[in-house]
Amino acid sequence: MVTEYKEGSVGAEFNKREFKVVGTRPPRPDGVDKVTGRALFGADFTAPGMLHATVLRSPHAHARIVSIDTSGALAMDGVKAVVTSEDFVKQTSSGNQDTLDNCMARGKVFYDGHAIVAVAATSVKIANAALKLIKVEYEILPHETDVDAAMLDSAPVLHEGRKFRNIPEGNNANVSGYWEFGHGDMDEGFAKADIVIERSFKTAATHQGYIEPHATLATMGPDGRGEIWVCTQGQFMVRDLAAAFVGIEASQLRVTASEIGGGFGGKTTVYLEPVALALAKKSGRPVKMVMTREEVFRASGPTTSSSTDVKIGMTKDGRITAGQAKLRYQGGAFPNITAMLGAMTAFASYDLEAVQTQAWNVLTNRPKQAAYRAPGAPMAIYTVESVVDELCQKLGLDPLEVRLLNAAKKGTLSSYGPTFDEIGLVATLEAAKAHPHYAAPLGPNQGRGVSCGFWFNFAGNTSVSMNINEDGTVAVIEGNPDIGGSRASISMMAAEELGIPLEKVRTIVADTNAIGFNDVTDGSRVTFAVGLATIKAARAAIQNMCGRAAQIWGIDADAVDWVDGAAVPTGHNAGDFPPMSLAKIAADSAKTGGPIAGHFEVNADGAGVSFGVHLVDVEVDPETGFTEIKRYTVFQDAGKAIHPDYVEGQMQGGAVQGIGWALNEEYIYGEDGKLQNAGFLDYRIPVASDLPMIDAVILEIPNPGHPYGVRGVGETGIVPPLAAVANGVSHAAGVRMTELPMSPPRILAAIDGAK
Amino acid sequence: MVKVTLWGSLRSATGGLTEVEVEAKNTGEMLKALAKKYPALDPIIEGGVSVAIDGLIYKEAWFTPIKPDSEVVLLPYMKGG
Amino acid sequence: MSKIHVSTSINGDAVEYLCEPEETLLDVLRNRVGLTGAKEGCGSGDCGACSVALDGRLVCSCLVLAAEAEGKTVSTVEGIAEGENLHVLQQKLLDHAALQCGICTPGILIASKALLEKNPDPTETEVRYWLAGNLCRCTGYDKIIRAVMDAAAEMRGA
Ligand code: FES
Ligand code: FES
Repeated sequence: MVTEYKEGSVGAEFNKREFKVVGTRPPRPDGVDKVTGRALFGADFTAPGMLHATVLRSPHAHARIVSIDTSGALAMDGVKAVVTSEDFVKQTSSGNQDTLDNCMARGKVFYDGHAIVAVAATSVKIANAALKLIKVEYEILPHETDVDAAMLDSAPVLHEGRKFRNIPEGNNANVSGYWEFGHGDMDEGFAKADIVIERSFKTAATHQGYIEPHATLATMGPDGRGEIWVCTQGQFMVRDLAAAFVGIEASQLRVTASEIGGGFGGKTTVYLEPVALALAKKSGRPVKMVMTREEVFRASGPTTSSSTDVKIGMTKDGRITAGQAKLRYQGGAFPNITAMLGAMTAFASYDLEAVQTQAWNVLTNRPKQAAYRAPGAPMAIYTVESVVDELCQKLGLDPLEVRLLNAAKKGTLSSYGPTFDEIGLVATLEAAKAHPHYAAPLGPNQGRGVSCGFWFNFAGNTSVSMNINEDGTVAVIEGNPDIGGSRASISMMAAEELGIPLEKVRTIVADTNAIGFNDVTDGSRVTFAVGLATIKAARAAIQNMCGRAAQIWGIDADAVDWVDGAAVPTGHNAGDFPPMSLAKIAADSAKTGGPIAGHFEVNADGAGVSFGVHLVDVEVDPETGFTEIKRYTVFQDAGKAIHPDYVEGQMQGGAVQGIGWALNEEYIYGEDGKLQNAGFLDYRIPVASDLPMIDAVILEIPNPGHPYGVRGVGETGIVPPLAAVANGVSHAAGVRMTELPMSPPRILAAIDGAK
Repeated sequence: MVKVTLWGSLRSATGGLTEVEVEAKNTGEMLKALAKKYPALDPIIEGGVSVAIDGLIYKEAWFTPIKPDSEVVLLPYMKGG
Repeated sequence: MSKIHVSTSINGDAVEYLCEPEETLLDVLRNRVGLTGAKEGCGSGDCGACSVALDGRLVCSCLVLAAEAEGKTVSTVEGIAEGENLHVLQQKLLDHAALQCGICTPGILIASKALLEKNPDPTETEVRYWLAGNLCRCTGYDKIIRAVMDAAAEMRGA
């Protein structure tokens, strides 16, 4: 599949490009550190004189804090500092204030696990003992953890007196956001349909489940200067929030990102960092904080749970005439935009004349949700893809044919507003149709599920510097934590552009004082945006090197070109000089004007949307309701796969997280509003023995917004599995499943109900 | 004049319209003109929006040029994971 | 409450430490001995990130008391490579791109090394069940399983 770029588009050069390094599979630069135990993650840092801090958390789902008495804790031997919400600076932006109030409850606790007090002491043991001496008086309030119930007028109100913007009449005070998207005449659309199916779905809240708990180490002297080491998806985000919360200027706080043991969106905010910094400030000593796994589940962000009504009309020959969805999400006690993203993505795979989505975000007594891989999209697309599957089933149509017939393509007016440019959905569907998996026979009690998936991908603020060392090697300095091999792909793009061997390039993730601002590692942005900035930084360095060569040769700078890692004279009167290599130019740099570097800063756009199609075969045991994944194939458009191994890895990892979401994973709250399964034993993420190999088929439909055609690949993979597995299970069990997770008791109940 | 398509729920801020026209040569001018013409949009624009021009989404950026025949869609501010 | 004196051997070196009676082997390795290769993902025996070998037996070091290491040998991820030379398993994990974030990698290495010592020719299913106690949230396990199978094949050939 070859797509030609428009002449004049950013990617036009891609048409002729032959890659040397990009597209190969070299070992990753941080690999040896990670297989030998040398790599330093969040909890691996120590500092002389370091204290340890732990957190007192609310045992109640909803309560007013009447008083906090920390005197007992402070009097204890070894306790050096205590902080509460009083120790932080009030924020002007409501979003920042919410984040701060989530770090340390102010006036009210909103969920089981909400932080109230933190204590720094000479050991974890002493800090924990001190927590027991803190007296908090609560006025317990009624609570609600269910999204639909929280929308009722009878529901307890979380934020009394706070007015949320643009909420239509008729919604209660817990509705913090409302959005609507779509186009076309719905009535007319449904009137054209031969069959209309309307269904309601529910999905549970799931956690990102990174294996590394949040961990940080902070120091701050009496001079008001601080440092933080932390596992995060964004050191600049940590700097800006932590500095604002303790009331220092950004320049006075230096944040270094450690190696990060998984994030998936969950480490794009702060929990411990401002608290550790405030404790360090008060105690004058370094303070380390590490969450327990229980704290990770109770107090760091899961994704939203959802309740959605979908209505889709189809003609006998499979054309979708209209699609409508009403999505209600809860993401805990503070406002968020996940429902909005759900409403935007729900129908994105389809070319529709009439489409309408409405989304509500509802506040409940649960932890503040955090982004989780393509936030909002998996649960929205699950509902739409389930109904499309049921329509195919009822009409006796092939589910891939129907998707091809309705697929969004270049020129389609998307369900969320803009018209699509070059996109890869049709190619991805064709690849799935042609794959042997689709034709393979199924055994008894087995079913095959299909689903499309979509994600926007984002780009954003990015800074990259590149130093050409005198020995002809190159240092690339970037500011986004490497969560899945990005240093490898960035080094590869630098080597490609400079025309030098990959071994000559070393990429590091710098601290906040060593490189310009970068947005958090989110939205699948790093390979796209940091890659783009790296290529541009390399071009700046190349221009400089061509200038040096021109000076040495005594010719015009624009008579010098850069070919295969060397300056060469071009044009008929440029003269006849042998190519001058990067190494040679670098070696002479002191004599030709000094060190050579390139840098590039941009708020990048043009990330390019990405589509995926998943095929799964499941077997459902009718006796136990247990589902086994027999075969799984992922098809995804990567634009251009810089390092195919890590692209496959993203696709496989996303798929398996989605399988967990579909089958097992779920936040379970009791009547008392307490989380009942705050551990890996009861919150079960997929393990190796649950799974087959996950086949990954990469398609490359170049993104016109990137010089090498790259699209983000990190998030799309988690979108299709929910519906793919649900559709497979529905076929295998002979009954339509409309609630996730499809745990064995739920499947058994559905089978029994259908009898 | 550029034609700007708004997402559905902004109708309440524009007296029921989801397509509006303003005079603008780039994104910054467009946002300013929108806020001026429909003051109820001002806090929403202040709070952060994205703009799609001919299918490409720009999260922030005042100086992205808009041609008179460009497809311009105002979108909420978005974030990934 | 006095501390317990422990003499043990870690990655072939004689090591002595003082620990609290309730302190885990994981805490002592990380906080007293300075070996931070073993990771704490849960502290409750559910994730395998803290895997070490105790007298050759695969254990979750978060569930072993530090005092229990008295007179035993402890092997951690830091001891797998020999000088400059990576162990076959380490090399294969790299070759197969079997790590993304790498937090599970120390545990996966210790666990799969223990498997191959017991069973040099495991089936895919055997590898999957043996590693079922080692959670990896990034990779979906595919490349990890391939790497371990490949390492087993190479070690049998060698
Ligand atoms: S930390 Fe020991 S099993 Fe998770
Ligand atoms: S590579 Fe991240 S948990 Fe396994």
